[in-house]
Amino acid sequence: MRYLPLTDTDRSAMLDVIGAPDVDALFVDVPEEARLNGPIEGLPMHASEMAVEKHMRRLSKKNLAAADAAFFLGAGAYKHHIPASVDHIIQRGEFLTAYTPYQPEIAQGTLQMLFEFQTQVARLYGCAVANASMYDGSTACWEAVAMAGRVARGKKRKVVLSGALHPHYAEVVRTMAKFTDDEIAGGPPSLTPKPDDDGLIARIDEDTSCVVVQYPDILGRLPDLAKIAKAAHEKGALLIAVNTEPVALGAVASPGELGADIVVGEGQAIGVGLQFGGPYLGLFAVRDEKHVRMMPGRLCGETQDAEGKRGFVLTLSTREQHIRREKATSNICTNSGLCALAFSVHMTLLGEKGLRRLAMENHRLACLAADRLAKVPGVTVLNDSFFNEFTLLLEGDARGIVRDLTKRDILAGVSLGRLFPGNDGLANGLLVAVTETTTEEDVETLASALEEVLA
Amino acid sequence: MSTPNASGWKPGTPVEGHNAMSGPDTATGNRALMLEEPLLFEIGHVETTGVDLPEPKGGTNRLGGFDREAAIGLPGLSEPETIRHYTRLSRQNYAIDLGLFPLGSCTMKHNPRLNEKIARMPGFADVHPLQPVDTVRGALEVINELAFWLLDLTGMHGVAMSPKAGAHGELCGILCIRAALEARGDAREVILVPESAHGTNPATAAFAGYKVEDIPATPEGRVDLEALKARLGPDVAGVMITNPNTCGLFERDMKAISDAVHAAGGFVYCDGANFNAIVGKVRPGDLGVDAMHINLHKTFSTPHGGGGPGSGPVVLSEALSPYGPLPFTARDGDGIVHLVEEENAAEFEHTKAFGRMTAFHGQMGMFTRALAYILSHGADGLKQVAEDAVLNANYVLRSLEDMLDAPFGPSGPCMHEALFSDKGFAEGLSTLDLAKAMIDEGYHPMTMYFPLVVHGAMLVEPTETESKAALDQFIVALRSVAERAKAGDESLKTAPHYAPRRRLDETQAARRPVLAWNDPSMA
Repeated sequence: MRYLPLTDTDRSAMLDVIGAPDVDALFVDVPEEARLNGPIEGLPMHASEMAVEKHMRRLSKKNLAAADAAFFLGAGAYKHHIPASVDHIIQRGEFLTAYTPYQPEIAQGTLQMLFEFQTQVARLYGCAVANASMYDGSTACWEAVAMAGRVARGKKRKVVLSGALHPHYAEVVRTMAKFTDDEIAGGPPSLTPKPDDDGLIARIDEDTSCVVVQYPDILGRLPDLAKIAKAAHEKGALLIAVNTEPVALGAVASPGELGADIVVGEGQAIGVGLQFGGPYLGLFAVRDEKHVRMMPGRLCGETQDAEGKRGFVLTLSTREQHIRREKATSNICTNSGLCALAFSVHMTLLGEKGLRRLAMENHRLACLAADRLAKVPGVTVLNDSFFNEFTLLLEGDARGIVRDLTKRDILAGVSLGRLFPGNDGLANGLLVAVTETTTEEDVETLASALEEVLA
Repeated sequence: MSTPNASGWKPGTPVEGHNAMSGPDTATGNRALMLEEPLLFEIGHVETTGVDLPEPKGGTNRLGGFDREAAIGLPGLSEPETIRHYTRLSRQNYAIDLGLFPLGSCTMKHNPRLNEKIARMPGFADVHPLQPVDTVRGALEVINELAFWLLDLTGMHGVAMSPKAGAHGELCGILCIRAALEARGDAREVILVPESAHGTNPATAAFAGYKVEDIPATPEGRVDLEALKARLGPDVAGVMITNPNTCGLFERDMKAISDAVHAAGGFVYCDGANFNAIVGKVRPGDLGVDAMHINLHKTFSTPHGGGGPGSGPVVLSEALSPYGPLPFTARDGDGIVHLVEEENAAEFEHTKAFGRMTAFHGQMGMFTRALAYILSHGADGLKQVAEDAVLNANYVLRSLEDMLDAPFGPSGPCMHEALFSDKGFAEGLSTLDLAKAMIDEGYHPMTMYFPLVVHGAMLVEPTETESKAALDQFIVALRSVAERAKAGDESLKTAPHYAPRRRLDETQAARRPVLAWNDPSMA
């Protein structure tokens, strides 16, 4: 077996040193009746690189890859061009096969990268401090809700969710809240050109620990965060802003500067591929440093070594499970390290100038696409405002149409019926995302296909 | 015992008083291949970009009046500068690719590169989680096939694939237990956890709303079955047991523990962090386990990545399977694999799910790698993985126990990791000092001060992907350092001497946290 270096000669020499007759003698503590005799049933014997690759390639080919279609999906995962050097860097063994940097003297590479990543995320979000990343956007969103509960010292139990929060994020919050006795308020969004900020504000009361608002929201619209922040703060509640498309923040004001207290999101769009939903990159930041010790997750900080040289360490770990055990702020024991590296490398390549250009190019192409699609009979663009994703209202069930169009290698977008099953009022909604990877030809392909199926 | 290096090769012997680190100072602070690297914020510029993108063109603006006006403060680098920045940083890291990584309980083994290649196939890497299911049947088949082999290897009934990491999997398992108890109207308040458990266990139980109580251990480092039985009762929701445990020992009484917990109406959670020691040798399902997470990076070798991403599928017993979270995959009679979500759960008779743990379907990029690993090893190879991991650990244990105190050594073989204590070290020298001295010898330190039940614990897990020659060299290094610790060699206290950094001031880092770079010129 190619991954196992011991030879039979090694094995018997080692058993001699140990003083055991055979390897089974080392498993003496496993009860005889539970021990498996011989190789496990069902599983084939070991296989060559060639054989495994062939099997996996066959499975891979059964999928329609985004690059092989006219592609318009978003809703929390976006297709952007990833520079070739990003994948090269994350495959360097010193990053790929390193452990969590608990031994800082021999992990400065990972630690300095994390410090740079934290700074990039904090600046992008308009916040004071970002952590070293979470599993993904949806779990970061829940962790933010849990943190708001800690800030309120458990005295406020109501969590107000915007109806236009990604429904899977809302579902994760609802699932976890069942076990923490938080009351979750929120329903599906209404199909209006502007987000219902006033309706949301009306639901905030003195018992509200936090308000959770997506920016841009699940329908692609931009809510008035500053107004919501003011209303939340008046009732003593925190505003949690959720962003699932970080490229947008190259074009629109950051949630932090608009008054959000905790900003969380999905970082996949920068540096991390679609990968059928994971691994992704949860981003987590707080606007005010006073909340740092309430944060979940790993944090990297600057310090000095014994010779006075600058260096970095994981810090404030007294919040974490390996020190605090049942009193920890979270049970989390990982970050999305390699995805954070990919994000950071891509962001370094972009720089401020590149990010702004990327954002404006996304917005420009999305505007052109919206205008073109609006000309299709039976199609209306819902949004007053959007960044690179908007909602179309079709004369017909969007989900069925999306399915039909896959036969022409068009991945037309995410139907609201898929996102909000059972909500008949949303069934004709189609969420369409346009990025720098979308060509005019793709848009034309989608437009003419819609013309045909809606005729 | 053989010599450090079978070939007899040794680096040049330093001349007295002239070792590599005591040469003249350099103008750059670099030492030949040891290169200092400034922060991105010190070398980059907001006007520099390494990506060719068009100048913003005018045109319509539909940002709703929320246009960004403030600067962001994100410096950029050109592509050559970017490659150099990160390549230089990478060289300050220890990694499995560089050498043995003896971290007990963390299982740092070789990461096959075939798996990297497979994960990047366009059909896996470039598919969106919300594509119509007919366009992603192959991806669903990967999840389903991996799930099938995980059940085969564990002898369990169902599996939740969506948890994003081990601790997320623990939470999933405990939430299944809570949902099952609630379904029978049985509000129980306590989860029992041994003191030797990973910190995530009590943190998870507390997060799920349980009170955490300790399970006492025997002097041999195992769960005290009689004491556990005495504590069981109608208030105990379940136990969380790591098997093999964090002392590196198999819980011989696992079946009796499970039977007792079940008889008292509770459930058994097994922390599967150490499943790599028993894969193909014994199935947790045969020991009465109700839920167990599997850290794919430990047993099935997905890369650790400097701290993640992980993946923590949870295998479930028949009693807990109905409560597993959405989404999951199911293969129908015609062999077609379906994605089961909220809307079609009833069709697949899964109406009691406790909810959803994450936005999408789990760590697909880790599933492809783990499946490739399982298929590469096959039934014979996986059994060999467990046997070689245990053989290597016992070889380390027996080669060092005359030099280092092995508290559980006399009671029999260990599993995949060997546990030592600091007993016999000279006054004033600690496990930390020994660990830092191992850095100078070219190794990542072993797990220190864990488990908590052994004083100055050192937990060594070599894994199955180390050769005998690599183990022999490691043993020589550890013997030498242990000897110095016993002899009171004061130079250990200032180790490491040869790493890119000396010991770092963690107290200062925590007292006055600097968690983001602030431009000194802006202060």
